[in-house]
Amino acid sequence: MLTINCPWCGPRDETEFGFGGEAHRTRPADPSALSDAEWAEFLFMRTNPKGLHRERWVHSHGCRRWFNVERHTVTNEITRVYQMGSASEAAETAPAAEQAPATAAIEKQGSRS
Amino acid sequence: MADTLIRQGGATRFTQAVASLGANTGNGTRLAELTPPGQINLRGRPSDPRFVRTVGAVLGCVLPLNANTVTSAAEVTVLWLGPDEWLLVTPAGEETALIARLREALGDIHAAVTDVTGNRTRLRLSGPGARETLMKGCSLDLHPRGFRPGQCAQTLLARGGIILHQIDDAPTYDIYPRRSFSEYTWMWLSDAVAEYQR
Amino acid sequence: MTKAEFRTPTGGRIDRGRPVNFTFNGKALQGYAGDTLASALLANGIHLVGRSFKYHRPRGILSAGSEEPNALIQLERGNRTEPNLRATQIEIYEGLVASSQNAWPNVETDVGSINNVLSKIFVAGFYYKTFMHPQSFWMKVYEPVIRRAAGLGKAPVEPDPDFYDKMHIHCDVLVAGSGPAGLMAALAAAKTGARVVIADEQNEFGGSLLASRETIDGKPAADWVRDTVEELKRFPEVRLLPRTTVTGYYDHNYLIMAERRTDHLPRGLAPKVSRQRLWKVRASQVVLATGAHERPLVFADNDRPGVMLADAARTYANRFGTLPGKRAVVLTNNDSAYQAALDLADAGVAIAAIVDLRTQLGGPLAAQAKQRGIRILTNSAVTATYGAKRVTGVDVMTINGSGESVIGAPTKIDCDLVLMSGGWNPAVHLFSQSTGKLRYDDALACFVPNVSMQAERSAGACKATFTLAGCLAEGAAAGAEAAKAAGHGEGEVPALPSVERTEPQQPIRPLWVVPSTDLVGHGKAKHFVDFQNDVSAADVLLASREGYQSVEHLKRYTTTGMGTDQGKTSNVNALAILAKSLASPIPQVGTTTFRPPYTPTTYGVLAGRDVGELADPARHTPMHSWHVAHNALFEDVGQWKRPWYFPQGSEDLHAAVRRECRAVRSSVGVLDASTLGKIDIQGPDAAQFLNRVYTNAFLKLEIGKCRYGVMCKEDGMVMDDGVTTRLGPNHFLMTTTTGNAAKVLDWLEDYLQTEWPDLRVFLTSVTEHYATASIAGPKAREVVAELAPDLDMSAEAFPYMSYREAVVAGVPARIFRISFTGELSYEINVPAYNGLYVWEQIMRVGAKHGITPYGTETMHVLRAEKGYIIVGQETDATVTPQDLGMGWVVSKQKPDFIGKRSFSREDTSRSDRKQLVGLLTEDPNEVLPEGAQLTATADGHPPIPMIGHVTSSYYSETLGRSIALALVKDGFQRMDQHIFAPLGGKTVKCAVTKPVFYDPEGVRLHG
Ligand SMILES: [Zn+2]
Repeated sequence: MLTINCPWCGPRDETEFGFGGEAHRTRPADPSALSDAEWAEFLFMRTNPKGLHRERWVHSHGCRRWFNVERHTVTNEITRVYQMGSASEAAETAPAAEQAPATAAIEKQGSRS
Repeated sequence: MADTLIRQGGATRFTQAVASLGANTGNGTRLAELTPPGQINLRGRPSDPRFVRTVGAVLGCVLPLNANTVTSAAEVTVLWLGPDEWLLVTPAGEETALIARLREALGDIHAAVTDVTGNRTRLRLSGPGARETLMKGCSLDLHPRGFRPGQCAQTLLARGGIILHQIDDAPTYDIYPRRSFSEYTWMWLSDAVAEYQR
Repeated sequence: MTKAEFRTPTGGRIDRGRPVNFTFNGKALQGYAGDTLASALLANGIHLVGRSFKYHRPRGILSAGSEEPNALIQLERGNRTEPNLRATQIEIYEGLVASSQNAWPNVETDVGSINNVLSKIFVAGFYYKTFMHPQSFWMKVYEPVIRRAAGLGKAPVEPDPDFYDKMHIHCDVLVAGSGPAGLMAALAAAKTGARVVIADEQNEFGGSLLASRETIDGKPAADWVRDTVEELKRFPEVRLLPRTTVTGYYDHNYLIMAERRTDHLPRGLAPKVSRQRLWKVRASQVVLATGAHERPLVFADNDRPGVMLADAARTYANRFGTLPGKRAVVLTNNDSAYQAALDLADAGVAIAAIVDLRTQLGGPLAAQAKQRGIRILTNSAVTATYGAKRVTGVDVMTINGSGESVIGAPTKIDCDLVLMSGGWNPAVHLFSQSTGKLRYDDALACFVPNVSMQAERSAGACKATFTLAGCLAEGAAAGAEAAKAAGHGEGEVPALPSVERTEPQQPIRPLWVVPSTDLVGHGKAKHFVDFQNDVSAADVLLASREGYQSVEHLKRYTTTGMGTDQGKTSNVNALAILAKSLASPIPQVGTTTFRPPYTPTTYGVLAGRDVGELADPARHTPMHSWHVAHNALFEDVGQWKRPWYFPQGSEDLHAAVRRECRAVRSSVGVLDASTLGKIDIQGPDAAQFLNRVYTNAFLKLEIGKCRYGVMCKEDGMVMDDGVTTRLGPNHFLMTTTTGNAAKVLDWLEDYLQTEWPDLRVFLTSVTEHYATASIAGPKAREVVAELAPDLDMSAEAFPYMSYREAVVAGVPARIFRISFTGELSYEINVPAYNGLYVWEQIMRVGAKHGITPYGTETMHVLRAEKGYIIVGQETDATVTPQDLGMGWVVSKQKPDFIGKRSFSREDTSRSDRKQLVGLLTEDPNEVLPEGAQLTATADGHPPIPMIGHVTSSYYSETLGRSIALALVKDGFQRMDQHIFAPLGGKTVKCAVTKPVFYDPEGVRLHG
């Protein structure tokens, strides 16, 4: 069972969380402008890497916040945990897993990308 | 008439809700349901200084901004639930007036003040075996190095969600299950605590 | 009654002052406190303890630990009986009752041993080969016969009278194993102040030291163990768990341990204490100090009772004061058996000979043996064993130059004990479970930990360090490093205790099959590899010849390593023999996967307290006690217990539902609707938010008005529905279905937090804050009016789909005039802590109108009469609002909302999708089964195309006939046509209708 470091509450057992699929898939701003193929791509197509995977989790039995996790799909190692909207690259240097839960960072919310 | 109505607890099938547990003397570990307190869910942006200041002024204590912590004033205990969410616990019946004061003070500040008194009941577990009783069903690190008086957490106890609040080093814990889970939580706790009771 | 002839006069860790009485196979026996069942049996001269799985050959005790393949025991009887326990692990207690397994009528005379005579047909893969044809024989003949013949123990058939529990624990350092490495690791970590858990599967700490005659710090090893354990106990942050097996090692340093809390006590003594406890450990760092298992040698007829692992015999002598025989032949390929021989000789066992596969001797142990006059035969092999239920002698021959065969004439040596040592396998099970990578060490001929994948380190014999000094030093270093890595101390290694210097061991000679007179598989002798599953070297070679060249295939084809011991003594021998036959190096063949549990674990401890009424939470509404008191039967809706119907007298479901339906349609009924999800929505953008998540428009909903809404996922499929009410300009209350309440809240938060963080909206669950009573029927207004005298209840002042706040029975309430029955209806929400009181007032006031409590079944019938859908019953994540005939709920004006884009996808916009229709059976009394398949024609040759299925079906008391809802392909075009429900014996003809059967104009609703 994984330990997931909620960016808000700290490390908790996987049982407290819900899985939300691949991260960084932004809902198109104007879906009506998309072709059927483009919309189908958004709806159905997901990467399925053997290796690092960025995915969304929600702390269902805790703070109810959604956040991003970078997890290795072979080893289950979690290399990063970062808040929604914080740029995925910004977290490259310092794994968010080691940051203390940062309340003020709520304002960093942004889209899934 | 409503004022005279008894507020019904959640585990009354097993025990009448009691006003207080009383002093915990002796070495036994005790479990009781307390009269459901007033409960208010507060949402707001901690980055908005007006929100934090206004709420602090009404409550008479600072809003806990650190994760998993609790602050309190004379008539209210404030539990951190999330980065923009708190549970305000008041004596039974006091919640209505506090809601009104908060709403008035907050005015057009973006916030939500919601009466959730009925949402949860309150169980109290206290005594030397309390920590191990919880460890049987809670995956949090409850060791004094990890969880101390003045801390709270939303987590799972066995198969039900709870809010856990450590009161003192006895240790004493307040456990807030959702009302519909009260009987399950009671049954689970009274089973788990049995080996620590005399 | 211990036979003194099999006990040493003194010594060992048994308490000779405390005799313990027990029975084995019906025979009364006696041992001492501190004995295992195995040591007590050996002390009584009993070696024959079981029959092998396939051939029913007599088998004796092989080992002294959890790796035991043979001595499987059925312990106790009746409701406490437990199969497959290892005699080597059972601590005896007064009154213990044990019996052998896999033998009928008994272990001494086993009719199944005829299989041994027929063994030629029981070769590798025999299940696959023998029982293939005819297929119909499998279930009726072969399987029951195999099961009876091959049965391991018997599972209890009565409920378990004991209870089990679980405990979560976090620590800085978990130490698995309490031998010299484990104890030193724990001590080193403890000294830093780290939180340490040390667990060992045995009843006392010390591991191999308990059977050692070495000294540490100038005192006997066992005394050093005692002192070290006492020292550990003085650290407040150290938890010592004997009788606790670390049984699983999972991701993120999550480990589980099974603790046997009362198994060493007479049964039923400690009612408040769980029998076993499952520890769920989250360890910052792990030190594996799990020791090593001695390997058997694969020689001719190596399975007779009395053939035992050399170090096990040493353990019985030194630790248990038990002599496993009087005259022993030792067969070895390495030095360690010499220590066993010396210790046993000192204990009083005559060592007839040491037969060493190696060509040359050296080292101090061999010198000592020689000095004591023990006969040593080098470059020699045991080529045969004699005896039926106990070994009586062996043949010894000289090995030829290649090591493949033997030469000369056999020398027969009489003995009642054969001790074997084929080298040592580090117990890498937990390391491998942690996904660590192994390396094969050629010099030591074993697999050792190589690359760690988690925060763990191995120390001592489990990484092939076999000297005492080495184990102590490695343990200390590992403990200190682990503590430091967990944030405690600077890695300082405590002073190491002093030990005697040990000379380097002479190299091992790994002859994986000990040569004998016949080639393997050609003579009568069997060279067993897996004792429990009766897999011999010949089986491995046959499998290899037949093409099973992967070790994983070999395992499944021969069943080697698939017993309850999971091949602890057999796996390496098997794969080495396979490698040799393939002429491949052993590392290339590799090992099978090590999986949890390390040793068999009871179901009880895995279930813990999640049994009976604690198995799953039963969620109760505030009015639950009233329902119980009024004879309600309950339906599970998720975890909720909802009243299903309220039978009166002898009513069955149908009679009760008909009565409840009549009451609602003719007078008034009341439903506990507290379980519906309720989400409080506040903020300046609340209306905008709702406008995006519902398919219909919400921006202009007036304050005080309610609106039904449907939510779809982005794919356009219906996800949930419910009524949302505008309480204020920036304040709404949403209701969800009972089952989806939590899911909808998570989903709404997802959009708010990730897609639209600019929207200023806060969501708060108030599901449980309110108790909800839904009062429905022509008399509903009169009931509510009496309860809320201050409220203007007229249709004009309080119209359909609106909301008012009022005091109801003295309690502040929200009243919603909404309906799920088609009748005039009010949903009254009051705080949950007053819910029961208000419900009782409703019943009191409603009594004069014959108010009738009704349950979910009546609710389902009434709503079906109106054609109202239930999400999850009429929908299944492949159904759009349009499919449900609810295009009216999908806004044409809104530029975007969740799901909109998908409605124009080619597949979603097809006109011939499955669509919701009503069905009326030709026979009005025929109630179709829900889920029944539907066809367009009454007959024809199968396969007949299926065009849909029945989603809801009831007998409607109101209409005096059956009704059904169905999803039917191209259903809208089939209106007034007939379709068919083939129901096995008959085919039911149904007319397709609109799905609204009652009051289609909604007159009653608006009344
Ligand atoms: Zn959280």
